[in-house]
Amino acid sequence: MKKQKEFFYHALEFRQDLCMGCSHCMMKCPTEAIRVVRGKAILNADRCIDCGECYRICPYGAISVRQDDFEKIYNYKYRIVLMPAVFSAQFPDKITSDQIYSALLSLGFTHVFETENSIEFLIKPYNDYVRRHQEKPLISSFCPAIVRLIQVRFPTLTDNIMLIKPPMDVTAMYIKKRFEQAGIPWNEAGIFYVTPCAAKIAGVKSSVVEDGSLISGVINMNYLYNKVYREIKQKGFAKEDNAESGFKFMTRNSLRWSLTRGELRIVESDKKLAIDQIQNVIDFLEKLENEDTEDIDFLELRACYQSCAGGILCSGNKFLTTDRANRRANNTDNAALNKTEFEQYAPYIEDNCLLYGKIQPRSIIKLDDNMAEAMKKMKRIHEINAILPHVDCGICGAPSCQAFAEDIVQKGSDIKSCIFIQKILEQNDKLDILETVDLMKQTWDVGKLDKNKMKELNKEVNI
Amino acid sequence: MHFEYQVTGGDFTNAGSTSSSVKKTLKQLNVNPSIIKRTVVALYEAEVNIVAHAYKGNIYVDIEEDAIVISLVDEGPGIPDIDKAMEVGYSTASVSVREMGFGAGMGLPNMKNNSDKLTVTSEVGKGTTVEIYNRLQ
Repeated sequence: MKKQKEFFYHALEFRQDLCMGCSHCMMKCPTEAIRVVRGKAILNADRCIDCGECYRICPYGAISVRQDDFEKIYNYKYRIVLMPAVFSAQFPDKITSDQIYSALLSLGFTHVFETENSIEFLIKPYNDYVRRHQEKPLISSFCPAIVRLIQVRFPTLTDNIMLIKPPMDVTAMYIKKRFEQAGIPWNEAGIFYVTPCAAKIAGVKSSVVEDGSLISGVINMNYLYNKVYREIKQKGFAKEDNAESGFKFMTRNSLRWSLTRGELRIVESDKKLAIDQIQNVIDFLEKLENEDTEDIDFLELRACYQSCAGGILCSGNKFLTTDRANRRANNTDNAALNKTEFEQYAPYIEDNCLLYGKIQPRSIIKLDDNMAEAMKKMKRIHEINAILPHVDCGICGAPSCQAFAEDIVQKGSDIKSCIFIQKILEQNDKLDILETVDLMKQTWDVGKLDKNKMKELNKEVNI
Repeated sequence: MHFEYQVTGGDFTNAGSTSSSVKKTLKQLNVNPSIIKRTVVALYEAEVNIVAHAYKGNIYVDIEEDAIVISLVDEGPGIPDIDKAMEVGYSTASVSVREMGFGAGMGLPNMKNNSDKLTVTSEVGKGTTVEIYNRLQ
């Protein structure tokens, strides 16, 4: 149990002081990881995949995304910022990449790289992998929320996940190598990754890379966006200068990578498919699990609509961001690749970009480790489910009648928390009104059921 | 545990719904993922066969601790030569069914590969019964 918690680091934090117990997040969560208890949303860490759907829908800003303290960059002499291409694509057209670069230096970084700087190195290993592996279709390991989704909800598909390190880790490897070759001691350098989402943070803090991530800290994209924008507004900076930044290493392939269909472009196969948005991915994986799908080689699956341009920590509109990123790509040539540089590092990356372990299934679906026990539980769940109203109203504090039936069996929830069951019991004199109020308070606390609201109610109700 | 499902001939839109439901049950029972995969692939093939060839059919699923037994009983044209139908590439599917990506003639052999025991009995003009037996442990 303890080990599982360690593995599943979560960047999403539920703020009890701001939560209104509205249950929007509970109803939206694709892994049914949220319940309402005493008027507050509670997250089950074993089920959460860090997709951020709860963050997106919360009307009260009660869910925050943990990040490292910005001052942490000063623990290092060489302070490297590693940002995805969608970061600069969020700024209005009038702001140039040179200005963004200058602002990042002005904020304290010494080196600027883009996460996709290593994409050109990855093209060959990707295609070799797709050719070599029989377990088709191969599923990209790029989106950490998708990897986790498969672990918890589609355990039969874990063998289909490509065991290639994500670009942020490969780029970190590349940066480290460059620094070492320049004679800079690595312990004096810190890489700070600018994240568009919660899942990527979890992907750094409990990395799929077996020997640990080279990334020293994570900065939320919306936080840095504000800082950079303000710096540019206050200090101006030249629109064009000759800055030797990481921006210069990007090619058309790398600029499009984190957009939908970005990975497809580099996979040499006609049998490939890209799907974005978590529910679309779930629907497709349900289908994939049933059928023989020998006719797809490669699947690019992303949890966010419009992929990383739609990340929960992106400040800009996802369509405008995608458009800007595409325009930047169109204006960049794949020939922009520095051939000497490429030949110098490609063999090293090729030798070190594979993950040697295995992505383990961590099923949340199973009712019990022991099958006989699981069967008993399943029978009870079926029986209970048959009595429930199937309204999926969420009043019991669970997202659906099915989930509630499972909670009754698995966690000892009280069937009397169902408001329809309460009415049945009341009609049969098995429950009185005060008991039902107490039951409701266990889920919703006092606020929504406050007796003293009668004064205001008198105006509305003719009793 | 016993489950029953109905399948309507020609309804390709819902072909696979029994497989989905059985898959979910096996996942909840913590059955080994590779056994789930085998079982569901075999069942899906058999389910699609009813949709593609028969008028209607019933699927009976019995799950015990040690094994799953799935019986697919259809009312349909039947299989004249079962041994031949077991050969890779043999197909009786119509052109329209093939155009939908089904009926490539891999059905029965693939089902056999994914079952511990596969029994097919058939009476021409009446229907076919397929029984898939897979150990669960």
